[in-house]
Amino acid sequence: MRRNISAIAVHGILGLYTLLALFPILLVIFNSFKTKNAIFGAPLTLPTPSTFSLVGYNRVFGDSAVGSYYVNSIAVTAGTIFFTLLFGAMAAWALTEYRFRWNTLLALFFSIGIMVPIRLGSVAIIQLVVSLNLINTRTALILVYTAQNLPLSIFILSEFIAQIPKDLREAARCDGLSEYNIFFHIVLPLIRPAMATVAVFTMIPVWNDLWFPLLLAPTGGKQTITLGIQQFLGQYITDWNAVLAALSTAIIPVLLLYVVFSRQLIRGLTSGAVK
Amino acid sequence: MSEVKIRNLHKSYGSVDVLKDNNLIVENGAFVVLVGPSGCGKSTLLRCIAGLEPISSGTITIGGKTVNDLPPAQREIAMVFQSYALYPHMDVYGNMAFGLKFAKTPRPEIDARVAEAARILQLEPLLKRRPRELSGGQRQRVAIGRAIVRKPQVFLFDEPLSNLDAALRINTRVEIAKLHKMLAATIVYVTHDQVEAMTLADKIVVMNKGRIEQTGKPLDLYYKPANLFVAGFIGSPAMNFLAATVKDGKTLELADSQHLNVPLPAASKPGDQVTLGCRPEHMRLGGDGTLALKGTVDIIERLGETGFAHIRMATGQTIIAEVRGDPGTSPGASATLSLAPAQLHLFDASGQRLG
Ligand SMILES: Nc1ncnc2c1ncn2[C@@H]1O[C@H](COP(=O)(O)OP(=O)(O)OP(=O)(O)O)[C@@H](O)[C@H]1O
Ligand SMILES: [Mg+2]
Repeated sequence: MRRNISAIAVHGILGLYTLLALFPILLVIFNSFKTKNAIFGAPLTLPTPSTFSLVGYNRVFGDSAVGSYYVNSIAVTAGTIFFTLLFGAMAAWALTEYRFRWNTLLALFFSIGIMVPIRLGSVAIIQLVVSLNLINTRTALILVYTAQNLPLSIFILSEFIAQIPKDLREAARCDGLSEYNIFFHIVLPLIRPAMATVAVFTMIPVWNDLWFPLLLAPTGGKQTITLGIQQFLGQYITDWNAVLAALSTAIIPVLLLYVVFSRQLIRGLTSGAVK
Repeated sequence: MSEVKIRNLHKSYGSVDVLKDNNLIVENGAFVVLVGPSGCGKSTLLRCIAGLEPISSGTITIGGKTVNDLPPAQREIAMVFQSYALYPHMDVYGNMAFGLKFAKTPRPEIDARVAEAARILQLEPLLKRRPRELSGGQRQRVAIGRAIVRKPQVFLFDEPLSNLDAALRINTRVEIAKLHKMLAATIVYVTHDQVEAMTLADKIVVMNKGRIEQTGKPLDLYYKPANLFVAGFIGSPAMNFLAATVKDGKTLELADSQHLNVPLPAASKPGDQVTLGCRPEHMRLGGDGTLALKGTVDIIERLGETGFAHIRMATGQTIIAEVRGDPGTSPGASATLSLAPAQLHLFDASGQRLG
């Protein structure tokens, strides 16, 4: 009985929190399906047959540029995840497995990257990107985001790699695998849950970021969706239908990616390796 | 030919010398067991042979080829780890086939070798299982299977049975002995377990503090230990040691002034400090008194038909003697221990065997 009550209390609190967290998102989604008058007249009601309208979606998908903004966002996010995971895992593996001269110093250097916000270096980054001739490219964004996310991902992945039993790597060495093959065929499969965690951590800030798209790719059709939506926010008039519709659709890719990674998050893969 | 020769092997971690001047020959097809107290360098020696640890100096040859600078894969060895070290993300087949795939072995050949190993180790019904779905004994067999399929020149085992329960350990020990016969394999095997060492080995290597103390056939080590360390290490319970002084050509005086008439080597002079060793199983309670020690019974441990009597001498030292059947005495009673003259061991002051 006691347990029942406390279970109900816990679920109640969690449910309330979920509602609180989801409320703004639901509000955006509801209102994206309403006419402009209904958005302002009764923002908290669900769309009814009389207030239902797809005008925002029509405008967003009618604008040929918006499609390419999505592609930009997806390409930048996916590229960033890919390179962050690849280089992060490689660096983490090298720092944990091999004893070399600058090992500790290098690890320290990377951990400083966790503490210093990359935006402090914005001016230098712009100069660098300009002189590399990468302004208004997705490559510039991917490079900057990868640099931004590497330190933390190296930190997290190192912890996991250190937990892979030493015997396992040595068994692979006896089996004749090269160090590269040990990395790709033993280490990577075993740290998949950690990589999924890192991917989720990396993905959301990158997808949502406005700062670097604004600085590094503000024009030339390489805007990301977060930046692209700004075109609907005018100085004098804001097209709320379009903004809400664009925001609602922008949630979908993140949600899909999250579903993909979260399946990995739950798995504990190393059980059964030793003992 | 897959003889392993180790000459003047040194290994140090920084300033710590872990292996000092090790010399060892493992003959083709021999089963050599490394034993010694924890931390004496057994695993390190094995890992040096495997190529997982670089050596500081000396040479290692396998099958006539010096392998000092070769990576593990090119040494034609296979190692079975204490923790099994199975790849958790692959099934049993995958675990066994993994190394072969990277060696670019043709697929039919891989299948044939895995099937053969699975048949020998009775793993056929388990080929599709992941390691976490196997019992400890099954994992152990997979680990051995992974070694077999590579057809190595030398098998290296590092305490392969220590994670198994007592019954399974005996079974697997017998299996390994059969496997050794069947494959005519050269094996270097590390263990803590005396019984494993005595039953499996063609040759036992006793190590202590990074040095090889003695190398020999199991019974030679038992009957003729070269020094105090080996004498105390081989045999369970351990050999009893009594400090003594040479009185004359055939008499020893013990610390508690008892005299024993023992055949002494010609070279020993009166006044020499020696250590007399006698195994519990070579002592009897009671007896005629020609070669006898006197003391008090401390406790008697009965294990069934046999047991061990702990006898306290006047010096406070406790001597353990094996008893069979009813010892006919009880704690607190005074006791006489008879020693078998042919089974006595004498060591000089530096711990080396005399005679
Ligand atoms: N990487 C290392 N750095 C420094 N010292 C080490 C290292 N590895 C092992 N040692 C030391 O080398 C010695 C021998 O270790 P080793 O593992 O060979 O012992 P062992 O005989 O196998 O012991 P056990 O029976 O407990 O397995 C130990 O004293 C250990 O502390
Ligand atoms: Mg060991």
